Amino acid sequence: MASLRRAFPVHSIIGTVPMILVSVGVFVVGIGFSVMWSFTSSKLFPNWDFVGLLQYERLWATDRWLVSVNNIWIFGLLSIACNMVFGYLLAVFMDQRIRQEDTFRSIFLYPFAMSLIVTGLVWQWALDPNLGLQTAVRKFGWESFTFAPLVDPQLAIYGLVVAGIWQGAGVTMAILLAGLRGIDAEIWKAAKVDGIPNWRAYLFIGLPMMRGAIATAFVLQCVSVVRVYDLVIAMTGGGPGYATTMPAVYVIQLITVRQNVGQGMAAATMMLMPILLVVIIGGILMWRRNRKATA
Amino acid sequence: MSATDMAMDSSAARDDAEPHGPKPRRVSPGRIGVYAFLVVAALFFLIPLYIMIVTSLKGMPEIRLGNLFNLPAEPTVQPWIDAMWHACTGRDCYGLSPGFLNSVKITVPSVIISIICASINGYALTYWPYKGANVLFGLLVFGAFVPYQVVIYPLIIGLSSVGLFASLPGIIIIHTIFGMPLLTLLYRNFYASLPVELFKAGRVDGAGFWRIFFYIMIPMSVPITIVAVILQVTGIWNDFLFGVVFAGRSNWPMTVQLNNIVNTTTGVREYNVNMAATILTAAVPLIVYFVSGRWFVRGIAAGAVKG
Repeated sequence: MASLRRAFPVHSIIGTVPMILVSVGVFVVGIGFSVMWSFTSSKLFPNWDFVGLLQYERLWATDRWLVSVNNIWIFGLLSIACNMVFGYLLAVFMDQRIRQEDTFRSIFLYPFAMSLIVTGLVWQWALDPNLGLQTAVRKFGWESFTFAPLVDPQLAIYGLVVAGIWQGAGVTMAILLAGLRGIDAEIWKAAKVDGIPNWRAYLFIGLPMMRGAIATAFVLQCVSVVRVYDLVIAMTGGGPGYATTMPAVYVIQLITVRQNVGQGMAAATMMLMPILLVVIIGGILMWRRNRKATA
Repeated sequence: MSATDMAMDSSAARDDAEPHGPKPRRVSPGRIGVYAFLVVAALFFLIPLYIMIVTSLKGMPEIRLGNLFNLPAEPTVQPWIDAMWHACTGRDCYGLSPGFLNSVKITVPSVIISIICASINGYALTYWPYKGANVLFGLLVFGAFVPYQVVIYPLIIGLSSVGLFASLPGIIIIHTIFGMPLLTLLYRNFYASLPVELFKAGRVDGAGFWRIFFYIMIPMSVPITIVAVILQVTGIWNDFLFGVVFAGRSNWPMTVQLNNIVNTTTGVREYNVNMAATILTAAVPLIVYFVSGRWFVRGIAAGAVKG
């Protein structure tokens, strides 16, 4: 749209003042301050007493942080993998000319409309040993039934994964179903003519042809995993002990309750690293593709 | 959901595109398997909601003795009344009602302001790009991926220095900031999809930046604005982190109040009241979801296609 470009459209700049403030003021200056404070000895309030990498050394020697990094990997890998597989299965089954498609879609998707606080509380109760599934099954007659992941430090993280699937599988389904419906009908007909069984068509023709939808669903999941805070707070509060704490929870605790801003900012900077890496790799890939397209 | 229910419905609304599955024969083992899978999956999603509704209508003795899955023997709406007006957090026993009002006070201005900002951004980026505008936009899109924790502390310091930390305007500014990347992207893509002749006709008639925006662009923007409103209302209503950090105790939104009522109570846990409170908190986004239907899905799909 080069023909529209003018040297200095004053009103356009005035109109986008909020965007300038947010882009530069929050996402450049703000991140800059966070990173700089991570090199200082800031406690309750930020100061400019630089201590080099000391905060990072302390951070990586803190068990609570190591546990939270470990947790985000377990939670992230499991919930993303399960969401993608379960979401794709749901999408494929939804694609079988079923009746009541809209009803099923509404059912699969409604948890996503609710707050993660609500999801966390719902599953806190469902997995509560004195109230939820365990008691219900015992009252049906299976007296020795034991299923109480949230009170076991080893298993609590898997409880969070279940809640994450409950909340996110429907969205993955919706995006992947849109991807499936976007594939040219001729291709399915050709597969049928060639006598390729349905499941193979979905696995080896459908999946590779909807890379866009898969990437979309995947990115959406990744962003929400890194940000997972509300769910942990509502469901386990990071417990038992600090068995289910996550980086996002750790940072907030350090800057509010523990009043250790320097180390909190070091942890926040660590959270930024994977995102930066992905953005840089994505940027390079896009740049290379553009160069190829123009060459 | 039983098989007869499904058989009774004759005309399930179709999506824009056709499904690909094989044309169904009347009844075959395969069809039964398809529905069995979908119904079991639906139960997984529905059972928690069922338990909450049923339990919220029971009295505490019945919850302690009876089965979780049973329908209430003596249905009562008292837990719902308690949840809205009498449930306690610490010494305050006003239920969720203050939180509900706060959420309304936060959500309405935040949605309006963030949408105004984003629509102007999208319009300016599409039709009036200036030097560096695309760099700004790139930074904004990058911001959509940044974990909130990275910028929260500088924002706390920034807002305190102008006296807006822990205030209603403060939390509204925060929601406007964090809604901006996605909404700007939505509006930019939408305006870029409009025929450029519309804009050029306005220019030929001598209209400037604001005139074209108000008289040509805004009337065209209804569909994208519906999507934006749905995204923002549910997103801001459901927010917990920003509310607890930036709103201040007297402005805590409903989600924060809910978490306080449920997770900080001492003594006997009133599950029926807690579950009623949870459903009440989820009610607004759920109503938006069920009323908006397809638009909601469109919003997610549009919102998900970032960058």
